[in-house]
Amino acid sequence: MSISRRPLLAAPALLFAGRAMAQGAPIKVGSLMPLTGVAASAGNSGKAAIELAVELINTPQPDLASMPLMATTGFPAIGGRPLQLVMADQQGNPSVAQNQALRLITQERVVALTGGYQSGLTQTASAIAERHGIPYVNGESVATNLTERGFKWFFRTTPIGPDIAAIYVEFLKAARVNGRPVTKVAIVNENTEYGTSIADVIRRTAEAAGIAIALQIPYAANSADVSAQVLQLKDAQPDVAIFISYTSDAILYARTMRAQGYRPPILIGDDSGFSDDNFVQTAGDIAQGVINRSAFDPSRAGSNSFKVNALYKARTGRDMDDTTARIMQGFLVTCDAINRAGSTAPAAIQTALKATDLKAEQLMIGYRGVRFDDKGQNTLGSVLLVQLRGREYVSVWPTETATAQLQLPYRGWE
Amino acid sequence: MILAQVVLNGFLVGAVYALFSSGLTLIWGMMNVVNFAHGDFVMIAMYVAFVAFTALHLGPAFFVPLAALVLFMLGVVVYYGLVRHVMRGPMLAQILGTFGLALVLRYATLWIFSANFVSLPENLLGDVVTFAGLRLEPSRVVAGIAALTLTVGLHMLLTRTALGSRLLAVAEDRSAAMLVGIRPDPMQALAWGLGAACTGVAGALIALFFYISPMVGESLALIAFVVVCLGGFGSVPGALVAGLTIGIIESLTSFWIGPAFKDVVVFALFLAVLWFRPQGLLGKA
Repeated sequence: MSISRRPLLAAPALLFAGRAMAQGAPIKVGSLMPLTGVAASAGNSGKAAIELAVELINTPQPDLASMPLMATTGFPAIGGRPLQLVMADQQGNPSVAQNQALRLITQERVVALTGGYQSGLTQTASAIAERHGIPYVNGESVATNLTERGFKWFFRTTPIGPDIAAIYVEFLKAARVNGRPVTKVAIVNENTEYGTSIADVIRRTAEAAGIAIALQIPYAANSADVSAQVLQLKDAQPDVAIFISYTSDAILYARTMRAQGYRPPILIGDDSGFSDDNFVQTAGDIAQGVINRSAFDPSRAGSNSFKVNALYKARTGRDMDDTTARIMQGFLVTCDAINRAGSTAPAAIQTALKATDLKAEQLMIGYRGVRFDDKGQNTLGSVLLVQLRGREYVSVWPTETATAQLQLPYRGWE
Repeated sequence: MILAQVVLNGFLVGAVYALFSSGLTLIWGMMNVVNFAHGDFVMIAMYVAFVAFTALHLGPAFFVPLAALVLFMLGVVVYYGLVRHVMRGPMLAQILGTFGLALVLRYATLWIFSANFVSLPENLLGDVVTFAGLRLEPSRVVAGIAALTLTVGLHMLLTRTALGSRLLAVAEDRSAAMLVGIRPDPMQALAWGLGAACTGVAGALIALFFYISPMVGESLALIAFVVVCLGGFGSVPGALVAGLTIGIIESLTSFWIGPAFKDVVVFALFLAVLWFRPQGLLGKA
C-alpha cells in the first residue's frame, strides 16, 4: 500500500525541484587543495582566496567591475545561476588527489576542476579529469611537463618553468655585468615534480647562457634536519644559491643557515615555500634580502591586486602571497570561461577556455593577460623578481617596473 | 673542520631523536602498546610551549616543566580513557585506537590553531656560540643534555627503585604482579604518564629550534619508531644509542652522498641490524 503511494507523493516535489534547477540551481566548480598534511598552510590560504572569489562572483562588486563576473551576480550568461564551490582536501598525497578528483567529477558532478597545488598532485588529478572529459584549470603548478602531455582538457594560467628560469638567468647575467661574480651557482631542490623540473630547467637555461651550475643538492621534502645541506653549501661557497622548497623546509633552511653562520652573496628562494606568508612571518627576519619571483604586486593603490588584497586581508588578517594570488586567478579564469560558455556542458566550457582572451586590466594579478596556446598553457603569464625587505616583498627587477632598489649581498639576519 | 661540524650536528640531531624517542620506548616497553599518537604528543608539547611563551610570557625554565606536567596528565587520561579499554580488544584495536587518537589530536589542533606555521624566537637560550671553530646552538646543546639526563634518569628509575620494579613487574606479567599485590592499573597509567611527560620535555625543547605546526608530528614520528626499534624495544639506553647512531649516519650520508639518499642508507642499516639482532641493539632477546 505505502509502496504504491510513494511515487505519487514524491511527484510534485520532483516537479518543483526541476523548476528550481532551471532557474537558480548553483553551478558546482571543484577545487583540490592541501588542507591537511605538510602543505596545509599554503592550501588553506588558497582555500580562503577561492572562497573570496566565490563571494565576489555571487554578489555584485562595482568596485572591481573591470574584472569579469564582478559587476553581476553569479553567472549572468547562464540565467544568473550562482556559483557553488566544492572544496576537496588532497592531503598532499598524489593518490588522494586522484580519488578526490574522481569523487568531485562522478559524485559531486562539478562542471570544472581547479587547483592541485603541488605539481606532482596536479599531474595525477588532471589525468582523471582528462579521462572523464572535464575541464581542469590550474593556476599555480609550475612543472613544465604538465602542459606537455597532449591533454585536451588541461589549461594552466601561471607562468611556468622556462619563464621562471629565464628571469633568474637574465637577472644573474645582469648581476655579472654589474661586476658581481656568478661563476659558481648552487641549486638546492626538493625532489618531487616541482623541485626537480624547476631545477632542471634552470640548469639548462643557465648553461645555455654560459653560467655553469657547480652544485645541485636534491633532498626529500619535509626533512627533520637540513644542516648537512647547509654545510655542503658552506663548504662549496657558491656565488649564488637557489632554493626550490615548500614552506616547512624553507623555514628550516633559514633557521639552519643562521645557526651555521652561512650566507651566500646572492640567495634566491623560488616562490612556493619562500612566498608563503608563514615563511615571511616565521623566518622572514633572518632571511633579509632573499630574492624571489612573483606575479603579484598589491602595492599600487587602486589596482585590482590592491583591492583584492585588501578584501583578502579583511578576511584572513594576512596579506595575499604570490602563490595564493595565482591560485585565485586560475579559479577566476575558470569561472569566466563557464559564463562565456553559456552552458555547463564540458565541451562548451572547453571551447570557451580555448577562446579565452583576458587583458591585463581584467586580472587581479600582474600577467600581461590570459590566452592559451594549443597545449593549454597561458602565453601571457609574466613574472618579476622581488626581494624580502622587513616582512614584505618589494619588486626589484626588472628595473623598469621595480618599486625598490635591489640590495646585495644577501643580509640574512643582519 | 666542516666534517667535524657535520659530525657534531649529527650528534646533536641524534640526541634530539633519542630525546623524543625516550617516551615512546617507555610506553612500548612497559605496555607492549604501540602509541601511534606519539608524534602528536610531541606536537601538543610544542604548542604548550608556544602558548606558554606567547600568552603567559613564560620562559623555557617554566614552559618545559609545564609541558611535562600537561603531557603527564594527557598520558594518564589517555590511559584511563582509551588504552585500558582497547587493550582488552584485539591487536588491531590497539593500533587503530592510538591512530585515531593521533588524528583527533592533530585535527583538533588544526581547528584551534589553523594550519599556519608558528615558532619561538630562535635565541631564547642565547645566540650561537663558537667553540674551537665549531658552531653550537645553545637550544640544541640543551636538548642533547636533556636527552642524556632523561635517559639516565629513566634507566635509574626502572632499575634502581621499588617503583621501577613494580612497573617492570606489571610489564612482565600482569597476573603475576597482581598475585603479589601490585595493582596494575595505576602502574600502567603511571607508565603512560611518565612516557608522555618525557615526550612533553622533548617537544618543548624541540620547539626552541624547530617550526611548530599541527602536522609537525608527521615529520618526527617515523624516526621515533625506527629509533625505538633499532635500540631495542623498551630499552631506554638503547634509544639513546640508536638515536645518536642514526643522527650521525644521516648527517654524514647527507653530506657525502646527498640528502635524498639518507633514508636509503639509514633504513638499509636498520634492516641489516634487525637481520642479525631482531631484538635491537640493546634489547633483550
